[in-house]
Amino acid sequence: MSESTVDKGKRRFLVATTSAAGGLATVGAAAPFLLSLQPSERAKAMGAPVEFDIGKLEAGALATVEWRGQVVWVMKRTPEMLASLKKTAGVVNDPESKNKGQQPDYARNEWRSIKPEILVLVGICTHLGCSPTKRTDLAPADLGADWMGGFFCPCHGSKFDLAGRVYKNVPAPTNLVVPPHAYLSDTRILIGADTKPA
Amino acid sequence: MIKFDGKALLGWVDARFPLTKLWKEHLSEYYAPKNFNFWYYFGSLALLVLVLQIVSGIWLTMSYKPDMTQAFASVEYIMRDVSWGWLIRYMHSTGASMFFVVVYLHMLRGMMYGSYRSPRELLWLIGCVIYLALMAEAFFGYLLPWGQMSYWGAQVIVNLFASIPVIGPDLAVWIRGDYTISDVTLNRFFAFHVVALPIVLLLLVVVHIIALHEVGSNNPDGVEIKKNKDPVTHLPRDGIPFHPYYTVKDIVGVVGFLIIFSAIVFWAPELGGYFIEDNNFIPADPLKTPEHIAPVWYFTPYYAMLRAVPSYFETQVWGVIVMGAAVLIFFALPWLDRSPVKSIRYRGPIYKSFLAAFILSFLILGYLGVLPPTPFRTALAQFLTVVYFAFFLAMPWYSRIDRCKPEPERVR
Repeated sequence: MSESTVDKGKRRFLVATTSAAGGLATVGAAAPFLLSLQPSERAKAMGAPVEFDIGKLEAGALATVEWRGQVVWVMKRTPEMLASLKKTAGVVNDPESKNKGQQPDYARNEWRSIKPEILVLVGICTHLGCSPTKRTDLAPADLGADWMGGFFCPCHGSKFDLAGRVYKNVPAPTNLVVPPHAYLSDTRILIGADTKPA
Repeated sequence: MIKFDGKALLGWVDARFPLTKLWKEHLSEYYAPKNFNFWYYFGSLALLVLVLQIVSGIWLTMSYKPDMTQAFASVEYIMRDVSWGWLIRYMHSTGASMFFVVVYLHMLRGMMYGSYRSPRELLWLIGCVIYLALMAEAFFGYLLPWGQMSYWGAQVIVNLFASIPVIGPDLAVWIRGDYTISDVTLNRFFAFHVVALPIVLLLLVVVHIIALHEVGSNNPDGVEIKKNKDPVTHLPRDGIPFHPYYTVKDIVGVVGFLIIFSAIVFWAPELGGYFIEDNNFIPADPLKTPEHIAPVWYFTPYYAMLRAVPSYFETQVWGVIVMGAAVLIFFALPWLDRSPVKSIRYRGPIYKSFLAAFILSFLILGYLGVLPPTPFRTALAQFLTVVYFAFFLAMPWYSRIDRCKPEPERVR
């Protein structure tokens, strides 16, 4: 075929449409591979709410519950511990739980809980996901004389008070997460859902 | 009886596949500068370690189980019951660390002699991509033994992505394939570590070598040997064929390297907790974080930077950005350097001081990243992070005003 008989406009059109169609097909073919990396139905089902009995929890004690493979703490705070929250309000970043994503609305109060003494928290540091340790010893050598009890993350040194509120000037940016939870009775709580299952 | 005729066989092959052509282009007639020194061992050594890792890795997959309930035990099975399994596993774990030793020295060589300068910018960029792929390969592989450090190290690094605003948390779930590091995560990291990234690494290494042989090797004097060619043969006067000269030289490097490598494998495979961390001999426990989490030594300089940056505006993405920038800034190096000379031999005192400060900051940051943080160490890490970035960001300015010596016409 000689050069003069080539319709350049038609050729450009064909190259462009073939490229566009091929590109779309590539995106379409990539989609199932990328979407396949999402949590499977089994993983989603295993994220179902769990029940916990708080009846046997002693004052000051902390129990660990597993929900969605995460550590969830259930802690029964003593009146002294609740009183310490008034003092830590000045040294924490977000004393009034203004950051909405960190707790359900019913836990946006000074104790960050439904019943003042029962604290339910996801025990995962909001910095990089380590599990902080409960430090209820007052004024220990490593945390300083004004430590009033709380949670300390050994990985990067973030500090939280006994309502999981983050101290100022530590690596963690936000308060510890209060998961959705509900009271099934006086002593049984459901972790992972806001309401009783119907 | 048929007489074996090697020459005829080679001719038969050459008519169908460019075997002799490839041999000549890349070995017997690839002319490299005659003045390569000690620092030029690390490229070929990196290739050697890659082969060691692939071979030992294939043998490990024969006994390893990528299953949350069996992974830790299967590694112990390799160590105790599989014939010679301990040796193959220690070769693989030591090889991982030695890969980074060799690659870091290879990169330093490139920086000292200006090997990233024109016309080798693309060669340098391909090398940077290999470095990224190697980091990903090491990260995925580190989860597989399913020890405490495997688990919590992966937890921390995946959560780096969760700190990205808006899409972060969903992105982290997508990477893990679950709400937490789980069996799903282990299985896909196994797939990436054993299939996907080795293919990518091999391809990139081939591309790196093709690019190198196109532009030709740099040398400790940083002068182009292609500028001075013999008018009759058209070969560079300061070049010698890679084979046999540098194949023989590199064998010396290989012997020296293998002496050190074997000494570590046989006498100190954990290297005091630096090559295999103590906590990784405890099976992963999602409900209990170790007292102190540190990545393996080759990531600790960046980890120290990550920890040194405090959170602002209720997000700690800034530390992640600094950490990412510290790795990616190597890509910009060819365009940051405005010096009239390439090699450190002809650079002035300002560049030498900045390079020394950069090397020191990298090493000290690496040491700080291993240790638990204290207020003093965090402040020191912040200062050294500034030094690290100053080396790169001030380069367009200081590399131009430096008092350089004149480059020679030919290599010495």
